[in-house]
Parts: sequence; structure tokens; C-alpha cells
Amino acid sequence: MMLMKRVCLSLLALMCYTLTGCDGRPWNNPYPAGDDRSNILYSSFDQRPKHLDPAQSYVENEYALIAQIYEPPLQYDYLKRPYTLIPLAASAVPKAVYLDKTGKPLPENAAAGDIAYSVYDITIRPGIRYQPHPAFARHADGSPRYLQLTPHELDAVTRLQDFTGRGTRELVAQDYVYQIKRLAHPRLESPIFGLMSEYIVGLKAYAETLRKAQAAQGRDAFLDIAQFPLEGATLMDRYTYRIKVYGKYPQLVYWLAMPFFAPVAQEVDRFYAQRGMAEKNISLDWYPVGTGPYMLTVNNPNRQMVLERNPNYHGETYPAAGMPGDREAGLLADAGKPLPFIDKAVYSLEKESIPYWNKFLQGYYDTSGISSDNFDQAVRVGLQGEAEAGELLLAKGIRLRTSVGADISYMGFNMLDPVVGGAGERARKLRQAISIAIDYEELISIFRNGRALAAQGPIPPGIFGHVDGQDGVNPHVYDWVQGKPQRKSIETARRLLVEAGYPNGRDAQTGKPLLLHFDIAASGPDDKAYLDWLRKQFAKLDLQLDIRNTDFNRFQEKMHKGNAQIFQWGWNADYPDPENFLFMLYGPNAKVGKNGENAANYSNPEFDRLFEQMKSMDNGPERQAIISRMVETVRHDAPWLWGLHRKKFGLSHQWYHNAQPHEMANNTLKYIRIDPVLRSRMRAEWNAPVLWPLIALLALLVISAAPAVVSYVRRERRAAK
Amino acid sequence: MMAYIARRILYAIPILIGVNLLTFALFFVVNKPDDMARVHLGVKHVTPQAIEKWKTERGYDKPLVFNSSADGAAQFTDTIFFRKSVSLFVFDFGRSDDGRDIGLDIRERMWPSLAIALPVLLIGLLTNITFALLMAFFRATYIDVWGVVLCVVLMSISGLFYIIGGQYLISKLLHIVPVSGYDTGLQAFKFILLPVVIGVVSGIGAGSRWYRTIFLEEIGKDYVRTARAKGLSELRVLFYHVLKNAMIPILTGVVVVLPLLFMGSLIMESFFGIPGLGSYTIDAINAQDFAVVRAMVFLGSVLYIIGLMLTDISYTLVDPRVRLG
Repeated sequence: MMLMKRVCLSLLALMCYTLTGCDGRPWNNPYPAGDDRSNILYSSFDQRPKHLDPAQSYVENEYALIAQIYEPPLQYDYLKRPYTLIPLAASAVPKAVYLDKTGKPLPENAAAGDIAYSVYDITIRPGIRYQPHPAFARHADGSPRYLQLTPHELDAVTRLQDFTGRGTRELVAQDYVYQIKRLAHPRLESPIFGLMSEYIVGLKAYAETLRKAQAAQGRDAFLDIAQFPLEGATLMDRYTYRIKVYGKYPQLVYWLAMPFFAPVAQEVDRFYAQRGMAEKNISLDWYPVGTGPYMLTVNNPNRQMVLERNPNYHGETYPAAGMPGDREAGLLADAGKPLPFIDKAVYSLEKESIPYWNKFLQGYYDTSGISSDNFDQAVRVGLQGEAEAGELLLAKGIRLRTSVGADISYMGFNMLDPVVGGAGERARKLRQAISIAIDYEELISIFRNGRALAAQGPIPPGIFGHVDGQDGVNPHVYDWVQGKPQRKSIETARRLLVEAGYPNGRDAQTGKPLLLHFDIAASGPDDKAYLDWLRKQFAKLDLQLDIRNTDFNRFQEKMHKGNAQIFQWGWNADYPDPENFLFMLYGPNAKVGKNGENAANYSNPEFDRLFEQMKSMDNGPERQAIISRMVETVRHDAPWLWGLHRKKFGLSHQWYHNAQPHEMANNTLKYIRIDPVLRSRMRAEWNAPVLWPLIALLALLVISAAPAVVSYVRRERRAAK
Repeated sequence: MMAYIARRILYAIPILIGVNLLTFALFFVVNKPDDMARVHLGVKHVTPQAIEKWKTERGYDKPLVFNSSADGAAQFTDTIFFRKSVSLFVFDFGRSDDGRDIGLDIRERMWPSLAIALPVLLIGLLTNITFALLMAFFRATYIDVWGVVLCVVLMSISGLFYIIGGQYLISKLLHIVPVSGYDTGLQAFKFILLPVVIGVVSGIGAGSRWYRTIFLEEIGKDYVRTARAKGLSELRVLFYHVLKNAMIPILTGVVVVLPLLFMGSLIMESFFGIPGLGSYTIDAINAQDFAVVRAMVFLGSVLYIIGLMLTDISYTLVDPRVRLG
């Protein structure tokens, strides 16, 4: 009995200690007591990252981490719009030098057809140093400390932190060259290798050279790729390297702002490649090493990832200039101050949206998006149709920011299909009729809570080539009425359908109803309602829609084989250039046969000719004119229903400063400032424990049990008698 | 006893091969190695060469179960099935498709699973037995009737509702514990308290009703009448004699799940952000990571077989009449 009592008391004490911390802080605070007033940002991840290696990573949630660690040569200006590239590790944004086939320089305005090669010389700023890391640790005699580990030494290691020695060294141009070579490494799967091998001179052959070398050395041996020269990436001097690409490819500079082109030190690669490291999950794919403002100090993808300030960071200042209105919005309050502001960023695993939302409202996450479930609770629509923070959010001082994504979600017609595809007038008018009938404004209102813009063409707002207002409206689907676009009437669509030879949705020649097939990989809870809605849209034209809902794998297979008729697809911009959207309609980029991103397999020689001309041009009126012609061509041919561009809604607490949505940059953590004192105060105010319901419940249980106890006592007494 | 255990271990080998084969067949009926590669590589800029490279790097470039281009035994051994399966029998789970060591991840993630599952089992068992004995004690009274009604109500509520409702009430409205998360050491207590309470409460309905039935059956037996005739208190009769004799069916249900406690709870871990093996399995299924799926299914099978063996052994401990031959 005494033992039981002690156990109960111990448990009670444990409960008190862990819940309250005996310091009056909120019981539901999930973070350690010492961190309450620390300069820490709290965020989350819902899926564990697959890759943190800059050669392999290509996913938003991975970029949220590695973009703070690795520094490619360039970055985007945080405040300027349209998106503008500025130097990061480089001393300047490189300019291309054009060469002809013989290697002779050509003038800047040389015709694209005359340019055989473009050469970019990139100079890195001296004095940038890597974060402290065991790969750079050295013995007193200067020899590397951890690059030739014995099995015995490795036995004592279970985590990277077990290596006590740390070192650093200066960033040099060789590290950038090394990373470009890594894109072709036989043991790595770089998602952009296929694309880059079309541009970087010799990269395709280089991959084959490395593959053979790896095969000769053995699969697990460390392949010293630095020994193998690559013509497309060469070292000029300690701080300068050269990238050589085929033809004119001005989009290369955008790639230079992505982690694929960030530096990797060879000794780091060698350190991680040692036998026995991978068995302990210690690899470059899990422990990134960079020169950026932060370094990954806790890497537990099963629970928590923590970024901490890099003590060797070279320093940078907050932008001094922005766009009109930025100053009034407080975005220039920190102009000129040294970056980064935050000491530490804690990312916790949060797989479900409901707990995330609740913790955000309690102040335990600093920012949040808005899921459909929470939309009505979070947002109200103003008189002009604009979104505003709802009362719940206003009461907590939460701010709402919206931005239009550099993306497009569209419905495509397979242009190889005999019914809806091809360049013939019949199919074109059928596609135009469907384009009018499917009411995207209604879709956005019903299924997306107004969080999207109906697209007028392939280029989203914010990207050069997009035109706002009346000139930017798709005249085949919309009329301009009273200063805004209005979808053409269903009668117009029906007339087109008659002209296409399908009066009342029946083939005029055979009299059979027209049955169309829509392929989609839909498994979400809202999908059934959406698909029912879609059937009704087609039914406006008396067209029957057969929905072939399938899993992701089968859907991909159908798309690759060209077996889909009408399908749903989407694209997020890699970089802010119209080429990154228009290339999805470029004939040689078709999915079927060429494995490109042209999912509709659209092919129009005029469009293709203009695309080839446009892609290598600099932004300006001439390029805009060509883009307008291209957009008009595809609007006329209607290989896509242009769909929508997502509107992103972001929420941040009152203690979170300098929040500015940026569709291109990922290295934005360094600009964020928080007020931890205010946060701590608000958390305490919002989360005071409410105990009376529990006490009432306990009392109720006691009262309910009373008759039973009385009855038991009576029964026992009766038995005793 | 030892002969019995040895025999059961030998029986387990064909069972595990069968489970492995079935997992393999089911997985690859739905997914082809090309599909797995596409899921891992994403949908942007993926070339056929990249897909081939991904498969080669992970050994998915070989035929599934029969290699007609090989000779002799290699026709069976140089296949995806053989190469991915044999190592399992020495508990070498290999690497997940994203390159992490599965064994290491399992060893790390089983503790959070256990931190939830073990208290839920023990406290749940204690609560269910006590509540069932209470209903049995007050059989045919209002307490029994309302107890059964309560059990039916508790059984009828979806597990997901308990989780979301529990988080809403305890964490969001009353601010007693964090909504979700996990920590190590003593700090883990505040994170596991709510999942444990929810796990216990959601199991009361089914557990208590079942145990009540068992106890009612026992209460009608002669030895209970004898015990009462000896003048023992009703509490002693119930908690000592009845409970002891009702242990066999209770053990059947409990011991078999003991090893499976390591495997965690799929939904609970997901909602509470507990980094256990349940969420590990769900993630692997979503990511079409065959390496992890087969490892978890294999581990589950092994643990289930161990559970059944332990159940048989436990019979001998609680009932001297049972002999394992």
C-alpha cells in the first residue's frame, strides 16, 4: 500500500513538473522552458525531407532548409518586383560572352543562330568561410583529422556530433566547379542532370566517363570526380570559374540562384563517403555543409530539424530599397541592418493540419497557411471581394498576406487524340466550346474559397510576358464587359459545338452522343464533389464525361504513353522567365516520344519558331511582342483550358516581422525578425490552463460512484449479518 | 517446452517466407519499379535515363522473381525478390529508398511507439478490468445497465473523433497539454499524456464489455459460491478468485499484442506528431518505399509469431493443467 502511495505521489509530482515546469508558463507549451524568450523561429514540416544534398534536392520543403545553408552564386532581391537577381556569393551577376563555332567572341547583340557557345565567368567574393564541420578539422601538423577514419574510430560514432573536432576553410571557386561535376555523378540522381546535359558543354559525356570510372573502381569506392575535367565547368583562378553552355541560354543565370549550383567542398564529400558512415545515416544527403547564414545542428527527420546561426557567416545586410508601399508596410524598418536576425529556427514534424492550426492559434508556430477546413474561421471576404483576416485572427493580431503563385493548374487536351486533338478546325472548335463551358470562376469560388485567379493564358502574373487588364484577356473565352472579363455565354459555346459537328453533344455524322474521357489521379476528400461538378460543366453542352480516376502511377503511365484524352496538370515556376511556362507548349518538348514537359503534346510550327526566337531574347518590347503572338496562337488553338493560378494566403503573428511573400527565393529566413518577448507574453495570455471542467468532471464521477459505494457497503453489512 | 519453442520457430520460417512473398506480390501488383522511381524523382525534368539510374542504384533493375537471362541458381537469386528478401531473415533491413538505414530508423522510432503503447495497454487493462468487475459486481442494477450503455456508446465513436475531440477539448480549450509533439526523457510525459488518455478511453468500451462477459461467466461457477460461503468479501472474491480464473481469455488477448506494441499506432502517431513506427509505416506506404514497407511487414509478422508463442507459454503459467508438448 505504501509502495502504491509512493508511485502515485511520484506520478503526480512528475505531472506537475513536466506540465508546469514549476515556473508559471503555459502547460501546453511544447517547447523547453529555457527557450521562451529566445530569438527562435518555430515552424514545421509535414513530410520528412528525402534529400538535403543540393545536387539531388528539388522539393519545396527541402529547399526551406538547404536554401538557408548553401549559397549559390546568385539570389533574388527580397523586395524588388519583378523578381531581380542579385549577387550572393558572387561579386556580380555574370554576363554571357558569346562565341562562334571556332571560339571567336561575338558581339552582345549577335543573332542567336550564330552563337555556338555562351561563356559565363563567375567570380566569388574572397573571405567567405564554411560553417564549422569535422570534414575541415585538422591535426596540429595540418593533415586532415577525419578523412581517413579507421573502423575502430567509426565504432565510437553514432551521430555527426560525436566528431568533436571542427574546422573551416575559405570558399573557393573550385567548390562550385566540383558541385557542377556532381550533377553527373553516377551515384547521385540529380533531377536536372537531363536538362543541364543539354546545355553544359560536355556534361553528358562526362557522366559516361564517371560511370565507367566508378565501375572500374568498384561501386562503393570514393570516386574523385575532381580528377576528371569537364569542359563546361572549369576553374579560372582561386575565386573565378567558368561555365560554358551550348548556344545562347540566358536562363542559366536563374539556375545559378538555385541550390543545384551551390558549392560543395571536396573534402566534405570525401568525409561522408568513408566506409561505415552511410550505415549511421551520416551522409551529405542528411548533413548539409555550407557557407550560408544557418547550419543544420539537429537533424532528426523523424521529429525535429534545427537550424542555428552559422558563426562563420560572412555577413549581409537587409535590403535598403524596395517597392512603393514597402516602407509604409514596415518592410524597410530594418534596412541596412546585419543579417540574419534570428538565432535559431526549429522545424517540428507536424503531419496533420488540425494540430498545426491549433498550435498556430496558440502562438506556438509563428506562421501558417490556411487550409480549406480553416478558411471560414480565418478569412472574411470584404465588400470589394478582397480577402481580409477574420475576427478570430484580428483579435490575436494575426496578419494576412496574399500573393499569386508563379504557377498554373490547367486542364489539357491530348493533341494526339483523334477526337479532341490535332490542328483541325473541328477539334479546335470543340476545345474552344469546352473552354467556355467550364466555368473556372465558379470552380474557384466553390472549391478554392476564392483563392485563385482564372488564367488567361500560360503565363502567370509576376512573370515577364503576362499582361493585365483588357489586353491580357483571352478573347476566345472572355468578353471585356464594364471593365472586367466576363466569360462568354453558353450559347456561344453551343454554337461552336454545332460548328464542330456536335450539335446537342451528338456527332452530326453518326448521331451518337459524344463521350469524352477525363483522366485524373484524385483521392482527396473534395475530389468527388469536384468531379461531379466537372460532369455538370460538360453537361451544359450535352457532352458526356467519363471520369477515369486512377492512382498516381497509372496516371503518369497514361500521360507518358499518350493514352489520356483530357487530363489535369500543373506547373510551378523554376525561375521567373516566360520560357519556363511557354516551353510546356513547345513541340519538341512533347511528353509522348520525347519525354518532355509538353503534357498536351501540342505542336504548332509557328509557335515553335517563335519560342526558339523568344527563349534567347532579353526582356523588352520586342520579346513582349513575340510572347503576345505566341500566347494568342495557343489561345486560338486551345490545347489547354487555361485553368487557374493559385492565390497563396499566409498568416503571421504580430511578433513576426519582414514577412514578404516571394515566389522564387527560398533563402528568406535570414530576413525574418521576431519579437520573442512579445511572443512569450501573448502565449502566456492565450494559454492559461482552464481547470474547472476537469474538477467538475471529477466531482461528477465521485457523485456517480457514491450510490455504488453505499450499495456495496450495505451489501457487505447484509452479508455479515 | 524447449522442443515446443524450437518447433514453433521452425514453423515460423515458411510463414515468414509466405508473408514476404505475399507482401512482394501485393506491392508489385500495384507498383512497378518505374512507378517507384517516378514517385521518388518527382515529376519535373525526369528522363528515362534518370529512372533507369534510380532503379539500378537500388537493385530494382532486375527481374521480379525469375531471371531468364541468368544461368543456374542465379535465375532465382539474381532477382529483386531474392535480393530484397534474404537479408530480412538475419534482420538486415537494408536501406530505404531515400538512402537511410532502416534498422537504425526502426531502433530510433520504436521507443516513442512504445512510450505510447505500453501505458495504453497497462492502464487500459487496469481500467477495463476494474470497470468490468464493477459492472459484474453490480450486475442487473442501474450501474450495470448504464455501464453497458456507456460501453456501447464508447465503442460506437470513431477513433479519429477521440483524437480530434481530445485535442480540441484538452489542448485547445483547456490548455492542459500540448496539442502535439514529442520530446525525450521526462519532457516526453506532457506529450504522451493525452495520447495515452485517449488510447485508454477509446478502448474502454470494447475491453470492458468483453471482460464483463468473461467475469459474469466465471461468477456463476461453483468455486465462487464456495468462496462466498466461506465468508470472503465480494471484492476479494472478484479481484482474487474470479480474476485469477478469468486470466486465460484475458491473456489470450493481451500477450499476443505485447510484441506488436513496438509497431505503434498509425493514426494516433500521425495526429500527435509522435515519431514512432506507425507513422513510419504510413509514410513508407505513401512514398511507395518498398524497402521500408517489406521491413515493417516482416517485423510485424515476426513479432506476431513471438506473441503467439508467448501466449502459449503464458497459458502454462496461469493454468497448471496446460502442457506444451
